[in-house]
Amino acid sequence: MSGATGDKLLRDRAAIVGIGATEFSKHSGRTEIQLGVEAILQALADAGVDPADVDGMATYTMDNNPEIELHRLIGGRSLRFFSRAHYGGGAACAPVMHAAMAVATGVADVVVVYRAMNERSGFRFGQGGLLTEDPNAFETVDFGWYFPQGLMTPAAWIAMFAQRYLHETDATDEDFGRVAVGGRDFAATNPRAWFHRQPITLEEHRDSRWIAEPLRLLDCCQESDGAVALVVTSAERARDLKQPPALVRGASQGAADQQRMMTSFYRRSLTGLPEMGVVADNLYRMSGLAPADIQAAILYDHFTPFVLPQLEEFGFCERGAACEFLREGHHMRGGKLPVNPHGGQLGEAYIHGLNGVAEAVRQVRGEAVNQVAGLEHVLVTAGTGVPTSGLILGAA
Amino acid sequence: MSKVEAHIDLSAYLGGDRGPYTSWDPVNRPMIRHWCEAMGDDNPIYRDDAAAREAGFDGIVAPPTMLQAWTMRGIREQRPPGSDARDPFEVLTALENMGYKAVVAVNCEQEYLRYPGEGDRLYYRSTIESISEQKRTALGVGFFVTELSTYFNQRDEAVATMRFRVFKFAPHERPGAAPSGEGGPSRPAAVTRMRPVRNRDTAFFWEGVDAGELRIQRCQGCQTLRHPPAPACPECQSLDWDHIRASGRGVLYSFVTMHYPEIPPFDYPNLIALVELEEGTRLVSNLVGVSRRDVRIGMPVQLEFSEVEPGFRLHRFRVLGGD
Repeated sequence: MSGATGDKLLRDRAAIVGIGATEFSKHSGRTEIQLGVEAILQALADAGVDPADVDGMATYTMDNNPEIELHRLIGGRSLRFFSRAHYGGGAACAPVMHAAMAVATGVADVVVVYRAMNERSGFRFGQGGLLTEDPNAFETVDFGWYFPQGLMTPAAWIAMFAQRYLHETDATDEDFGRVAVGGRDFAATNPRAWFHRQPITLEEHRDSRWIAEPLRLLDCCQESDGAVALVVTSAERARDLKQPPALVRGASQGAADQQRMMTSFYRRSLTGLPEMGVVADNLYRMSGLAPADIQAAILYDHFTPFVLPQLEEFGFCERGAACEFLREGHHMRGGKLPVNPHGGQLGEAYIHGLNGVAEAVRQVRGEAVNQVAGLEHVLVTAGTGVPTSGLILGAA
Repeated sequence: MSKVEAHIDLSAYLGGDRGPYTSWDPVNRPMIRHWCEAMGDDNPIYRDDAAAREAGFDGIVAPPTMLQAWTMRGIREQRPPGSDARDPFEVLTALENMGYKAVVAVNCEQEYLRYPGEGDRLYYRSTIESISEQKRTALGVGFFVTELSTYFNQRDEAVATMRFRVFKFAPHERPGAAPSGEGGPSRPAAVTRMRPVRNRDTAFFWEGVDAGELRIQRCQGCQTLRHPPAPACPECQSLDWDHIRASGRGVLYSFVTMHYPEIPPFDYPNLIALVELEEGTRLVSNLVGVSRRDVRIGMPVQLEFSEVEPGFRLHRFRVLGGD
């Protein structure tokens, strides 16, 4: 592919060197700004980096907290770089990519990536509301094709794809349950997880109430209050810091094939995730790795059905065969590709996917609570059903 | 907030078998007629013996959704003779005494097993199926309580079940809430469906709906049809477009049965369709004329229009071969 020089410029040039997070709860009792400050200071302490050295900030467009305010409150001096990635949870890996690009090119030295939200006790994404009041905003006009009919929530938008996926493949709604059972099993042994010590069975999944058929309650991730922060710096600087670095082997954003935000209902096929295919191709090419080189995957699991086409887009199984992969238990504890060993957003917390990136760092360091043995490379993906992003991290 | 204890053991209130709770009247024609008139239900099996017999019944039957109407206590809240004197929902009284003063009905699920026929005497038995952990919601702190009622006829045949869930709670204090002053409490505006934005790119579509036709945008450069509308053709980038009128025939490409959250003013479960029109474009619409258990991808569907709210027309699709 022409212009595909990202591998030379970015592979192994930047590293995540610090991680921090608040507790994950349903009611933090403090402002999102405070959650952000707490997580960032913890991440900087973890990295052994002086807050005064932070000269870059990156986050999601949906984050309510200004870069400048958080930077001011942590004791930053000046900012040389700040950027945001759009499309909700599809941003989860993108700010890390932006940060890696900034430090690899010398635009910044130390970039903090953050996501802080009171999504449960404050504004809840699943209640069916507009994100903007502006009647002329593109998204307001676009929602006009769905809101008058009552198709108003992320679960409902994804259910439209899930129903078609069930129709065209051998998967059943029980396979969606297998994703939930796997995540909750990992969460059960993760003390940071909201669902610590609360595993579920396939029967409990089957008996949970309908949200948006074919999605049940236990197909939907939780809603959480909390914050996660990461510190990104150059691979060179990372050598002198406290923690073993998690090198960015590959990073990409992705959008493709009649892309829309949550409602790409007009594509020839609704059973794949072409935007994730773009990310997969880029990550493998940039990193020089193949599916067999990945020992664990953090797959975005706001809703279970989209975990299946992610396994397919990344080549962990044939197209349409993710159900077989799940039935054989490869995604489970001890499987050949443990998926979401922190419990995912189904089990640990819904911090818009940034807690998944933090887990990937712990897996690379070898300090995760459900550590995958012999791990060399871990894949992380961002929100599905929307323009998205992804990362492959590995040890130095 | 009222003072409430953090950990309360309510397990003593779980389960139980209370009842019977009987009806004041047998299933009867006048009440059925009033109900059907109020609901706008013209199904003849509820009023015409001949039509009911043709449908396989002995005579007219009652609409299943009348279920609760038969066993209601009436305005004086007196139970009919032969009823269990105990309160089926005594856990609510207990919670009230613990400081959870407020209550709100959360949802109600009914399952119908047989039609009640004229002359049937219905009764129900009640059990408390579940009591949640203490939950914090936007309203306050409290407990979700689910009562399962099973309805029987005089032959003790089960007619229906009903799960009724309430939230019994201590409201959050609202520092900003002023006591209702002069003029009395203000009436909240009725919740309506979002009106789609009509801008230069989309107005032709909604004007078509107003006029009772479904329009599909067509590129004048390459004749490609597209939906949702946009100012440029993604195939040839032409900014010139007009529209054609869809035939109204299509097939169900995918669908969602929406249950939660129950966002006003929609009825739930809400059947939402992704229809592939015979012209080739797809659009999201509502689906009627089919029970949610019988919906299948690939079903042929036909366009119709409905005034969903006064002055607001919308397209929707009816399953062909349905009722």
